[in-house]
Amino acid sequence: MFEEFDPLKGKTLQIMDDEGKIVNEKWKPDIPDEKVLEACKFMLFARTADRMAVSYQRQGRMYTYPPNLGQEAIAVGAGLQMRREDWLVPAFRELGAWLLKGATLKDVFLYWGGHEDGSRYPGAPNMLPSSVPIASQLPHAVGIGYALKYLKKEGIVFAFCGDGATSEGDFHEALNFAGVWKVPVLFIVQNNQYAISMPVAKQTASSSLAIKSVAFGIDGVQVDGNDFFAVYAAVQGASANARAGKGPTLIEAVTFRRGAHTTSDDPTLYRTTEEEKKWEMKDPVRRLKQYLTAKGLWEEKDETTWVEQYQKEIDAGFSEAENYPPYKLEDAFRYLYEEMPEELKKQQAAYEKFLNRKEPAQ
Amino acid sequence: MSVMNMVQALNSALDIKLAEDPMIVTYGEDVGVEGGVFRVTEGLQKKYGEERVFDSPLAESAIVGSAVGMCAAGLRPVVEIQFSGFAFPAFNQIVAHVSRLHNRSRGRYKVPMVIRMPYGGGIKALEHHSESEEAFFAHIPGIKVVIPSTPHDAKGLLIAAIESDDPVVFMEPKRIYRAIKQEVAAEKFAIPLGKAKVLAEGSDLTVVTYGAFVRECQKAMIPAKEAGISVELIDLRTISPLDRETLAESIRKTGRLLVVNEGPGCCGVAAELMAVACEEAFLSLEAPPTRLAGFDTIIPLPRGEHFYIHSPERIFYEIRKLADF
Repeated sequence: MFEEFDPLKGKTLQIMDDEGKIVNEKWKPDIPDEKVLEACKFMLFARTADRMAVSYQRQGRMYTYPPNLGQEAIAVGAGLQMRREDWLVPAFRELGAWLLKGATLKDVFLYWGGHEDGSRYPGAPNMLPSSVPIASQLPHAVGIGYALKYLKKEGIVFAFCGDGATSEGDFHEALNFAGVWKVPVLFIVQNNQYAISMPVAKQTASSSLAIKSVAFGIDGVQVDGNDFFAVYAAVQGASANARAGKGPTLIEAVTFRRGAHTTSDDPTLYRTTEEEKKWEMKDPVRRLKQYLTAKGLWEEKDETTWVEQYQKEIDAGFSEAENYPPYKLEDAFRYLYEEMPEELKKQQAAYEKFLNRKEPAQ
Repeated sequence: MSVMNMVQALNSALDIKLAEDPMIVTYGEDVGVEGGVFRVTEGLQKKYGEERVFDSPLAESAIVGSAVGMCAAGLRPVVEIQFSGFAFPAFNQIVAHVSRLHNRSRGRYKVPMVIRMPYGGGIKALEHHSESEEAFFAHIPGIKVVIPSTPHDAKGLLIAAIESDDPVVFMEPKRIYRAIKQEVAAEKFAIPLGKAKVLAEGSDLTVVTYGAFVRECQKAMIPAKEAGISVELIDLRTISPLDRETLAESIRKTGRLLVVNEGPGCCGVAAELMAVACEEAFLSLEAPPTRLAGFDTIIPLPRGEHFYIHSPERIFYEIRKLADF
């Protein structure tokens, strides 16, 4: 695959077209249709959770949130192939992968709801917390890869970033180190066309983002990121290589962020409705649904039932996060160091004294 | 016991820990084959192999950033930044991740890494090879900042830093890498982090310093003694978290504080120590807390460096001024 889709050839791996028809049988991954149905249902689940997250934020019940709408095939296509021993190194817009790794809805809503306890992920082995500074998580993925090799442990690393991240120094440093150290890392770039307001054409003069792999001497491939099968196939190929000790791969998944950068962003300032409409027709859930509908595996009435059920589940998860015990003063102090330094103890005690002060009688 | 300079003492600490703990790896620019530009890691690659002691590509952010990932996966990396003046490409990793991953993950991931870096002036070097940036690091919650002043301390503090589950920025005063030789125990020993050391007891004033200026202050104490001024000398050893108690106790006793350090004075470590004097010993003060820090300028190139690096004469001048206040 990585020879046929060598980024220097300027090709994009697409297996299913915008109408859900298979156009490239050769690279279609060998997944039974019932598994494809499960994947599509999970994309729908992640989409429902994402939509509800935006709505919780709008209701003032959650803080800033980065919507995933339109990018679900990437997180799910990759996430389904993560094994227990594998590592997930997230950026912040790959909700499906978080959930597939074992993060719960409660964790997710607790984190975006403003509590660090949401980044503990007790049910998700080998998952780093979300990394907000762009691209800064990518060197971590390389270090984990080095440790896995050094300790002769099973497992590979799934690291995510966006198109904007490919301009950051950490992206280039991480890919360079990964190539030299030949670590088992998949760098999955979600090229969703905009870094907040900056179109990808102004982000780089490179002909693609995948082509940046060439300079680092590692495999790279550009895939249609709204095509579940293309994402799945590329990740399958790259992870097989990583597991076999053949080193890292850069996967550029071309997609479109249908929502805002975050709930604080206004996309009407930098993109047109025509563009949004065009990408709506390429929507990853719509496409995979068409594939399944043609096979007689998907019906609108089923979808309505599923979504209703998902909504209940998501509301229950949100409720757990919303009713989480209040933030305690010591939550701000206790995890800074293994043992709390005297000065921090004093600062905490001084605030407690203030809280417990006795107001003079009126 | 054997006679060691600071480079040899640091090498001995790394040697002992590498032998003892297979989770330790050490890397950085020129760290492997060459043994580091100052030779702190000399001979270690031969002894422990290229998987554990190695040269990394030239990129400080990825050196520190990859160590964050190694920590998450269970290793205890000791990375070297070739000169502290080149640490700033890695500053984002230190401020955004090294210092925060433990807090962010609510204790799930520890970051037991050491970031070693030579710092400080006085060696007539190129630009960016003489700065003292400890204040930048001391301002970051979640890391420790350690600076040794002798070969003995360098070994004991580095062993403690490597064994600490907290991340440590370990700054080595390169001016005295080879300038001081002393008897250092060949076996393993650790000096606790977060504790200052009273090097000389005195009653008239307290001088607090660290790194290369410990020796310069000791030189200044000779004329001070001749002038009948009794100086209490404290080596800070750990810049963050500060041993406020030892400092406060001394200042309460002497009533006078002089801090001697390098680096611009504005918002520096000395300013924090003066705040400790005001907060903890206000009623005992007999003179305003004072500092002899660097100018708020860029450290000059070699021909002007002597203006910036405090001489024992300048330190004694400040001691006398404070004693006479």
